[in-house]
Amino acid sequence: MSETSQVHPEYNYKVVRQFTVMTVVWGIIGMSLGVLIAAQLFAPALNFDIPWLTYSRLRPLHTNSVIFAFGGSALFATSYYIVQRTSQVRLFSDKLAAFTFWGWQAVIVSAVITLPLGYTSSKEYAELEWPIDILITLVWLAYIINFFGTLVIRKTSHIYVANWFLGAFMLTVAVLHIGNSMVVPVSLTKSYPIYAGAVDAMMQWWYGHNAVGFFLTAGFLGMMYYFVPKQAGRPVYSYRLSIVHFWALISLYIWAGPHHLHYTALPDWTQSLGMAMSIILFVPSWGGMINGIMTLSGAWHKLRTDPVLRFLIVSLSFYGMSTFEGPMMAIKTVNALSHYTDWTIGHVHSGALGWVAMITIGSVYHLVPILFGQPKMYSTKLINIHFWLATIGVVLYIVAMWMSGVLQGLMWRAVNSDGTLTYSFVESLEASKPFYIVRFIGGLFVVTGMFIMAYNCYRTINAPKESVAANPATAAA
Amino acid sequence: MDQGTIGSIFTVIVFVSFVGVCYWAFSSRNKKNFDEAANLVFDDEKKKNLNKEDQES
Repeated sequence: MSETSQVHPEYNYKVVRQFTVMTVVWGIIGMSLGVLIAAQLFAPALNFDIPWLTYSRLRPLHTNSVIFAFGGSALFATSYYIVQRTSQVRLFSDKLAAFTFWGWQAVIVSAVITLPLGYTSSKEYAELEWPIDILITLVWLAYIINFFGTLVIRKTSHIYVANWFLGAFMLTVAVLHIGNSMVVPVSLTKSYPIYAGAVDAMMQWWYGHNAVGFFLTAGFLGMMYYFVPKQAGRPVYSYRLSIVHFWALISLYIWAGPHHLHYTALPDWTQSLGMAMSIILFVPSWGGMINGIMTLSGAWHKLRTDPVLRFLIVSLSFYGMSTFEGPMMAIKTVNALSHYTDWTIGHVHSGALGWVAMITIGSVYHLVPILFGQPKMYSTKLINIHFWLATIGVVLYIVAMWMSGVLQGLMWRAVNSDGTLTYSFVESLEASKPFYIVRFIGGLFVVTGMFIMAYNCYRTINAPKESVAANPATAAA
Repeated sequence: MDQGTIGSIFTVIVFVSFVGVCYWAFSSRNKKNFDEAANLVFDDEKKKNLNKEDQES
């Protein structure tokens, strides 16, 4: 199949190219910020006594840039690509596509400016102030119109399952963003939520957990359902399972938010409901993971020769791991130990670096040659090196955070026979220090991999057309 | 209606919907449709190659 080297003139690949390149750029920026603030946790002097570089201001910039800049650009790129190729039609509107690209970059640049300056709504993953929130809403509406418009004018009779996940991600994120961003502005840079007390907390984590469930899961599952079959050269293991997976996942995720608020002022029944729904979520999550991995059934040998496929499949393993860990941590008695400790941070990163970043990286390696008219990436060897750097980095990171988290949990709950706390907070912080250093090293591995990816993409994009020799192992992609 | 009744009704509705989705997904009537849909990932390249052959002949 010489399919990879065709450029598909009838599709709008310009916007896909733009978002794909920005995925790599924001990935490097967002993850480097993460490494810097990881270093600040064991060497606080690294904020250089400059307010803009303090942990408190850079941490939201790190989360916003990896989730919305890196993950967001990847979702825009792949959704525009997938919807065109599986609908066999050009995007509904090129102008709207260009608006979403420049609008989304404007949102991110505003975040890069306002967050270090200290402008924040102080809502996790929704720190941006109201004028930026309005811009996000406009870009998002244009995105929805463009995506669903393309589905309406499609030339195929079916809507491929990846588009279901992507569509659900877009609609839900719109509802979440608008719901959670309802504020009363008092000036251009300051606003207060219309919700108060426990209701505000519940709104925040309804938003927060569904940012995980729909932005970081449903969207990326859409990516998985297209790129895993495509890279493996065979249709998904069970299309029927993918349908049950879709409906079960989207109807359960929306209820899981209260597990972020165990043992708080939230009503007990709400906490228990959130816990029960989170535990049930294990089933569709693993259904999806098995569906993805079993797509390779009978073609396992491809994993030996194709590092891109390895990225995609290992991402699914991390997905399985973190969707087992998540329901377990949502159990109230486990949560009593894990909550507010580094265990949570480890869990988030096994999802974010293991699942989201790896499926994105695999998809980008699949996309770049197609988008820029090359039969394959400049260097398969460098992809392989990146794969091992990413895998070792993530494992170092999550193991360090597990150990640090459990240690913190145990130290914080230890009491003397007279009822006083055995350890002060500072003692637990001191105990975590070696793990923070290991976490920093894991992060360095991941970022180094991203730089290698950027170099590999640069060489692929800038090579004269069709000059990169086709490799028989990957040409079938 | 108290909260318990609403909760029970909702649980039944969700359960019935889930059984409905499973029935729809696994009924043999839809098998052909789903097989076609699963292959959409590869369809546009087949179309491409056909066009190419047309031009060559």
